[in-house]
Amino acid sequence: MYEGPVQDLIDELGRLPGIGPKSAQRIAFHLLATEPADVERLASTLRRVKDEVRFCRICGNVAEDDECRICRDPRRDPAAICVVEEPKDVVAVERTREFRGRYHVLGGAISPIDGIGPDDLRVRELMTRLADGTVTELILATDPNLEGEATATYLARLVKPMDITVTRLASGLPVGGDLEYADEVTLGRAFSGRRTVD
Amino acid sequence: MPLYRDDAVVLRVHKLGEADRIITMLTRRHGRVRAVGKGVRRTTSRFGARLEPGSHIDVQLHSRHDPEQPPVGARGLDIVTQTESLGSYGAQLAGDYARWTIVSVICETAERLTEEGEPSLRLYLLVVGALRALVERQHDPQLILDAFLIRSMSAAGWEPALTECAKCDAPGPHAAFHVGAGGAVCESCRPPGSARPQRATVQLMRDLLDANWTSADTSEPGPRREASGLLAAHLQWHLERGLRALPLVDRAAAVTAGSPDLPAVAP
Repeated sequence: MYEGPVQDLIDELGRLPGIGPKSAQRIAFHLLATEPADVERLASTLRRVKDEVRFCRICGNVAEDDECRICRDPRRDPAAICVVEEPKDVVAVERTREFRGRYHVLGGAISPIDGIGPDDLRVRELMTRLADGTVTELILATDPNLEGEATATYLARLVKPMDITVTRLASGLPVGGDLEYADEVTLGRAFSGRRTVD
Repeated sequence: MPLYRDDAVVLRVHKLGEADRIITMLTRRHGRVRAVGKGVRRTTSRFGARLEPGSHIDVQLHSRHDPEQPPVGARGLDIVTQTESLGSYGAQLAGDYARWTIVSVICETAERLTEEGEPSLRLYLLVVGALRALVERQHDPQLILDAFLIRSMSAAGWEPALTECAKCDAPGPHAAFHVGAGGAVCESCRPPGSARPQRATVQLMRDLLDANWTSADTSEPGPRREASGLLAAHLQWHLERGLRALPLVDRAAAVTAGSPDLPAVAP
């Protein structure tokens, strides 16, 4: 146990995900040895994150304003919406540079066993966005696990009567892997999603 | 640090750290086991897809203690080292939202009715049987769930009395049913607030308990709804806490999807 603020800092750092007591101690002593200006910058950044970052009123992504950068961008295609679970999934899709539409962040996936149902996600907001007829394609990019799959199924069922093309991200074999190591679920999906080679 | 192997059904998964998961599974010989699946959230994981809820697997685990001996003191979780799929029931049912919600209730019930390290072969077989019946669309999904609930309660020692009075053993049938009393009750034992289910409802519960599917499959919607309500109340009364997945069961769609002649509502 250390005295006062040092121990407080170790305790606070230790509450962060993935930081154990040893790591917390190492970071705390690193900060103690760091230039005051650098520590001040870190502290002000932390404060700004809490004070200034909010969620986009349209898509639910993290934003500095009422609307996020993507929703404000007039060059993005308003006819296509990609539905993801978390804001970090937006970044993952953006890195591909394949998608030029807009996003909708659900805030999680349906997980009945954890008591998370459709009403706990931003499903109603999505339906409101789809109601005006602008959107012609909905891309369901929820995680490729069973909760993500069930969420996609639920959304597809809701949107079905709305005359909107609903697509789901393909799943299958990872690039660079060996076929013999693929599990049967992934390989089965790769088979069902196979395409014609030109 | 021995390795051990068992058949299991995955009941629940929790995220752990960067790319790991804690897998809660019901095994055939070792009861409920919680183990770490290392790196299973990475897209390159060799067995992540087999460790999803509702998966029936042959699993090899690395134990922190000898499974033949009782655990001594604190120990870490076992680690999943290999898995082979015996039936990817969850993956087959996730594409049908109504059935998926029922899978969630089955998994949560199995988790709540078992203790870590205490074998419960009957419940294990019930879970596997219920998942298989859902995949093969053998019966109405809601009936499969109710049959699972009443039989799992029976396995746990909480079988509702359906013929004799739950309090005085007077031979039935009795018209009143009281969850707190333990099932059907005679007129002299009947506590205030007892339900008065239809005779067909009690018969349906008996059919579900005895696996008399010929009769259960032809039951009317009214008794089915009533039996579902009574069984859910009975189970949750004994568990002393509600099941989180139960209110999220997509009942309307499950009933529509239940008839083997009709296509599922979900795409």
